[in-house]
Amino acid sequence: MSENKKWLPRWFFQLASPRWCYDITGKLLPGFVIAMLLLLVTGIVWALMFAPADYQQGNSFRIIYIHVPSAILAQSCYMLMAIAGAIGLIWKMKVADMVAKSCAPIGATIAIMALATGAIWGKPTWGSWWVWDARLTSMLILLFLYLGVIALHSAIENEVTAAQSAAVLSLVGLVNIPIIKYSVEWWNTLHQPATFKLTEKPAMPPEMWVPLLVMVIGFYCFFAVSLMLRLRNEILQRERRAGWVRELIEKQ
Amino acid sequence: MNLQTNQQLEIKEPALMSGFVAVLKRDLMLAYRRKSDLLNPLIFFLMVATLFPLGVSPEPQFLAEVAPGVVWVAALLATLLSMDGLFRSDYEDGTLEQMLLCPQPLFLTVMAKVLAHWMMTGLPLTLMAPLLGVMLFLPGEGMGGLMLSLLLGTPTLSLVGAIGAALTVGLRKGGVLISLLVLPLYIPVLIFGTGAVQAAVTGLPLVGFVALLGAMLVLGLVLAPFAISAALRISVSG
Repeated sequence: MSENKKWLPRWFFQLASPRWCYDITGKLLPGFVIAMLLLLVTGIVWALMFAPADYQQGNSFRIIYIHVPSAILAQSCYMLMAIAGAIGLIWKMKVADMVAKSCAPIGATIAIMALATGAIWGKPTWGSWWVWDARLTSMLILLFLYLGVIALHSAIENEVTAAQSAAVLSLVGLVNIPIIKYSVEWWNTLHQPATFKLTEKPAMPPEMWVPLLVMVIGFYCFFAVSLMLRLRNEILQRERRAGWVRELIEKQ
Repeated sequence: MNLQTNQQLEIKEPALMSGFVAVLKRDLMLAYRRKSDLLNPLIFFLMVATLFPLGVSPEPQFLAEVAPGVVWVAALLATLLSMDGLFRSDYEDGTLEQMLLCPQPLFLTVMAKVLAHWMMTGLPLTLMAPLLGVMLFLPGEGMGGLMLSLLLGTPTLSLVGAIGAALTVGLRKGGVLISLLVLPLYIPVLIFGTGAVQAAVTGLPLVGFVALLGAMLVLGLVLAPFAISAALRISVSG
């Protein structure tokens, strides 16, 4: 055990305790908020005003700077939820359960955002709001998986049981995601040979992808901030009977 | 030494298998005694398939085109409908707790229950599918593909659905929730199932689809019972 501890800093293990986790996230939060604001503002200004327009799609392609980061984030959020759920299931860590619970609504919202921006982008490019494109469909299914986890969580009253059940479900979903992704891709190519493809260029010029990268990192910071805010609320709510929470509230 | 291990094996193996067989027999017997539970999913299957010509179009040509999808969606919904009862009565009368406590591995018990469930829903659905195929003007060449894909696909549906049933067994209103949890997971089976039928209709080789359906079934057989057991333990302890 002591061998193991040397590999990771002490605060990492302290994250397992709700109280310490509350303190640590409280210290990390301002840094992430500043980074998020800086990155998102720079990224949006750069993307909307300075990045060159696409040679075919003109300015309508600029929605990519919201669409792609949210699509990436929606997928990694599911990964985090399933991994946190597994940690909670195996080591019975309360904080991991809380992280998994906080991930679900954020992930669902971001998946909706990815779908909405995809639809808005689809209108000028493909000529219709919705196309049964493989990527859109698998994002929709990801949203369904999120909604299932949220529904299961809210249906079970006991917090511990709810967290465990939701963790099992998200792990089953995690196994299924690659299967769903490939089956949907194959299904699409079976039914309609790739007529609807974005004007794929082999590589974006750096003036285009650098702001995209900034936006992706900014979105991750945004995710970290909203996750920490939700997590802190969750900790306070579940530990409301603990002494330190009472002290904290009495102080204010 | 050798003799001893042999004896141990002889004692252990029948115990494992007899547990499996006992659960299977019990579930089949229960289903046989309550025949309406056995028939309801089949009637539902027939009714859902009837709705499509009424709701969309009775044109034979159109129906022949959508028949694979309609039969598959109807089979999927019928399986889902019967899923809620898989563990519920056992949970309510306490049998499930005894099953969790007994020395036989839960993996096998769960497997036997799912197998019994499949024999009562998936298998009859598969056998009934050609009737629906005829009603929906599915070309004769597609019948083999339809039955083969259902034969390989419905056990996967039962296995995956059992995870949802195990997660919601402790809840009052599990019915709608199961569909929410399980339907997204059914999508790959649906895609390859209908794909197989369409390939059979157009005379393309079936092997790829059948292999994929088989692969999903094997994956389900290996992994789903673990998830079902874990979910049952959580539901019963909570």
